[in-house]
Amino acid sequence: MRERTSGRTVGGFRNLFLQGPAVTLLLLWMLVPLGMTLWFSFQRYNLINPMISGFAGWDNYTYLLTDPALWTAMGNTLLLVGWVLAISVIGGTLLAVLFQQEFFGRGIARLLVIAPFFVMPTVGALVWKNMLMHPVNGVFAWLSNLLGLPVIDWFSAMPLTSIIIIVAWQWMPFALLILLTAIQSLDDDQVEAARMDGAGPLAIFWFITLPHLKRAISVVIMIEMIFLLTVFAEIFVTTSGGPGLASTNLAYFIYIRALLDFDVGGASAGGVIAIILANIVAIFLVRTVAKNLET
Amino acid sequence: MATLQLNNIVKDFGGTQVIKGVDLEVKDREFVVFVGPSGCGKSTLMRMIAGLESTTSGDISIDGQRINDVGPADRGLAMVFQSYALYPHMSVEDNMGFSLRLAKVPRAERREKVLAAARILQLEELLDRKPRALSGGQRQRVAIGRAIVRNPSIFLFDEPLSNLDAALRVQMRIELARLHEELDATMIYVTHDQIEAMTMADKIVVLQGGVVEQIGSPMELYHHPRNRFVAGFIGSPKMNFLDIEVRGADAEGVDVALPGGDCRVPVEGGDAKPGDTLTLGIRPEHLKLDDRGPLTGRIVVIERLGGVTSLYLEHGDSEWILVADGDVAHRVHDEVRFSFDPACAHLFKGDGTALVHRHRHPLVDIDRKENRAPSASEGR
Repeated sequence: MRERTSGRTVGGFRNLFLQGPAVTLLLLWMLVPLGMTLWFSFQRYNLINPMISGFAGWDNYTYLLTDPALWTAMGNTLLLVGWVLAISVIGGTLLAVLFQQEFFGRGIARLLVIAPFFVMPTVGALVWKNMLMHPVNGVFAWLSNLLGLPVIDWFSAMPLTSIIIIVAWQWMPFALLILLTAIQSLDDDQVEAARMDGAGPLAIFWFITLPHLKRAISVVIMIEMIFLLTVFAEIFVTTSGGPGLASTNLAYFIYIRALLDFDVGGASAGGVIAIILANIVAIFLVRTVAKNLET
Repeated sequence: MATLQLNNIVKDFGGTQVIKGVDLEVKDREFVVFVGPSGCGKSTLMRMIAGLESTTSGDISIDGQRINDVGPADRGLAMVFQSYALYPHMSVEDNMGFSLRLAKVPRAERREKVLAAARILQLEELLDRKPRALSGGQRQRVAIGRAIVRNPSIFLFDEPLSNLDAALRVQMRIELARLHEELDATMIYVTHDQIEAMTMADKIVVLQGGVVEQIGSPMELYHHPRNRFVAGFIGSPKMNFLDIEVRGADAEGVDVALPGGDCRVPVEGGDAKPGDTLTLGIRPEHLKLDDRGPLTGRIVVIERLGGVTSLYLEHGDSEWILVADGDVAHRVHDEVRFSFDPACAHLFKGDGTALVHRHRHPLVDIDRKENRAPSASEGR
């Protein structure tokens, strides 16, 4: 048993006893699904044909890794995450600066701009699909007609871009919310000191506001990354991963394997690959964020 | 080389007048202190001079040039904030050189200027540190250094010492005074601390409710306050006030009735008539224990500071504070008699204005420079 300088003991039976239940519960919560996924990924397990069974060795993995569909899905995942992050963080930062200014009706405007985040992904995607991007009834089509431009059939012409737009629409308010609270904690004196030093609005943004937001931005990136790797509802509701695999990400790819092809073994192998991918991303992320949070 | 003129400055915040017509002239190389209770508008006035706050009406001019519509960066002023307002993500060197960087001064020249300022403030070893790794006094010096680097015509200080502990404050006070000698610059300083005002200022501006109550040298404010507010605000402990009846008045002095006999205060009587009520003001340090004195009181509290002792006295419903030497042996509840030199007393009319003293105090017009040895750099 060690003792801290503050005199509090660290470790020991009593602490173990108090922490035990929570740690055990969380561990089970994580280990049981992980263990089952690993187990299934090494099994021949197809829901259509119960006769195919038994240990599969690395077959599921070799089959999956040699399937070009997996690499398409992975590429789509990275494109989706990257673009949505870029749009939501850059847009969120600019909007945060904008909504920090005093203007009439600021309270209501702030409420409205944050609203998309509170709309269910399914509902949001349906609104975009049927009311905005629909080639016949959509607002965008109407606008194109008005200007005499050709109508774009969003979900077949540029499926991944459409999904990126929808997901970014949902996550930009989140970035805005976090960055707006961060911007509010910026010391007015610092801005005024910069003004006295001769900084214009752009210089203040670049040299004062942005460094102040660095920490909040890294938190936003970390949280969004975790959720964006698993985007599913928006794809399911709009393009169903198509046309072909054009808008299939890893989560949707696993769904196709498990619930459309009924190949539980192959889907589990895909799940394990997704876990590894997420962890690689997480390691880089946690490192950079931790470095940022230290300072 | 810079002078500053304020001409009937008014600041209006949505219908509330915070500054109600201030006139002020700051001479070249003068150290001017704005002092007043919180909410008196002293900080607002400084921010208007800095250009961080717009002016509702009136003219601000530097060296005769009207600068109302000039931006804060182009007025050639530098300001030191109460919270220091250092940029937390920049090193000390970058903090001090930020204005030069914005002005696109080449790196080598920038470094040279920062080093020169750092040398004045003994900050050379700290140039690579971030502000959070500095103590309060060091941060303060960096903030001052940032101002020096800009080589401003006027320095503005907004309560720069109020976040420091007492010992450091005394040290920084002396350092600021030294800096003023060394830089030979015009400085304007806002504080609520009258010790800072009395010790550093060439000229004190006492503000209350957006109005200038009095402008003058520290000794003038102490010995010849223009009204009751200034008399009560300058000096610690506060001046004692007592309503008294006039027995007779002429141009040579005013006779007033005291419980233990009449006394003649050498002030110009003006329109005071026998039977009028005036307010007598005497500073605690001008009261002295005297067994045959005209005033009496019962001791309520004794504060022994070693060198001096403050006695809080009660007489009827009037209260007195008396500062005596450190060896007073009286106990609480003792009845004491005390007196004062009428030449040190002040008389105030009903509207608060003071009756003018017949003799001006000899130290009123003393030059600040006579209080200090010439700075080391001049001696060398």
